[in-house]
Amino acid sequence: MHDLPALIQKSLQGDKRSTARLISLIERADPAAPFILEQIYPHTGNAYTIGITGPPGAGKSTLVDRLVQAFCGQQYSVGVIAVDPASPFTGGALLGDRVRMKHDRGDRDCFFRSMSAGKAMGGLAGATQDAARVLEASGRQIILIETVGVGQSELDVAKATDTVLVVLTPESGDSVQMMKAGLLEIADVYAINKSDRPGADSLSRALQVMLDRKTMAGGTPCWRPPICLTSASLGQGLPELYGCIWNHHDHLRKTSALEERRKSRLQAELQQKIEAELARVVREKILGEIEAAGWLEELWARKIDPLTAARRIVAAGFAETTGSK
Amino acid sequence: MTRKVRVVIAKLGLDIHWRGVYLVSQFLKDAGMEVVYLGNQFPEQIVEAALEEDADIVGLSSLSGNHMTLGPKVVRMLGEKGLDHVKVYMGGVMAPDDAAALETEHGIHKVFLPDTPMAKIVEHMYASVGIPRPQPQA
Repeated sequence: MHDLPALIQKSLQGDKRSTARLISLIERADPAAPFILEQIYPHTGNAYTIGITGPPGAGKSTLVDRLVQAFCGQQYSVGVIAVDPASPFTGGALLGDRVRMKHDRGDRDCFFRSMSAGKAMGGLAGATQDAARVLEASGRQIILIETVGVGQSELDVAKATDTVLVVLTPESGDSVQMMKAGLLEIADVYAINKSDRPGADSLSRALQVMLDRKTMAGGTPCWRPPICLTSASLGQGLPELYGCIWNHHDHLRKTSALEERRKSRLQAELQQKIEAELARVVREKILGEIEAAGWLEELWARKIDPLTAARRIVAAGFAETTGSK
Repeated sequence: MTRKVRVVIAKLGLDIHWRGVYLVSQFLKDAGMEVVYLGNQFPEQIVEAALEEDADIVGLSSLSGNHMTLGPKVVRMLGEKGLDHVKVYMGGVMAPDDAAALETEHGIHKVFLPDTPMAKIVEHMYASVGIPRPQPQA
């Protein structure tokens, strides 16, 4: 802590304790966070990042464990960030992804970090992507990012990873569910986990029909997401899933898709950071003095609507700031 | 995001008693902490988790008589990894003499025996990490 540059240096050389501390500092939005990101950013951009998402209890963590095993078996250095939800009331969290990890991890070159989603609602934590960068800068070649258990529209993982694995179960729904927009559309690879249970085949067919329609609508797509039937706990279908993930990776590499994806992700991240920064500056420098309390009574009495009130507050804030200069 | 207390919590060794560790984990979560639940683990994996998760506290549940062997081993291994700042708490069923010995001779920060009020555990942990307990928001 006393010596931030040394901490960063040690993390870049692969020291786990320093890496863990850097992630904490970034997660807490410590004043040191911008400096850390500035220092590690040049060392990032090449790791292959895989997002694992799907409903709660689908088996994401168990699949992650099996994938880590497969990647490590091929001598890759792996980083995992597993996100679980936080309480909206206390901010506390029970992070239970690590419990699915194999007990004997001695032979694995893996760094596993649990993360609370905090107030973020998109399936990831605000700091997930930057934490992934810390892991990459410390020498991790493959980064797995596991989202909180999601419903239909928590899609942040697609903005943070190269390949998105959507994990479903035979109970995930009928053919109408498979027609809906959102989560199912962002998959590069599907896993129907717990496929030893009844219903896996019909779910697979419903997904195929959905994908067929996409093909008809959009011409021949350059990548049709494969559907893998797996059972993570029974160890079924895992080599096939592993192969499908690498196929997608190779596909991204062969075409210009990988570069395009990563560039558009950076573009989106920049946009988002500009907006966050603007909001921060406006709050601190312009709206700092505004008394919001008086407005609440007006809103409550239906004398003014929230949008009009917000516009007046901001306009008044700007007028005051520019007037005083 | 504000600084949260990070706790790595595990059932020690092959101990299968789960009710106590589940309850404590959830109370700590409700008190605003980030609780990394490991299930059953041996000292090697517990220390590895504390390292990667940048834990402030390691909580060990023991009701099967392994507290005098595996508890001190966790403390020792944390020290070997340079994690002396991590406070090790234990809870469960053990002889009061053992509990006292764990605290005075083996580097366990605090042992909580059955019937400890949950608020006492929460307060003790916040005080030992040295950050104020957050106020719940509606």
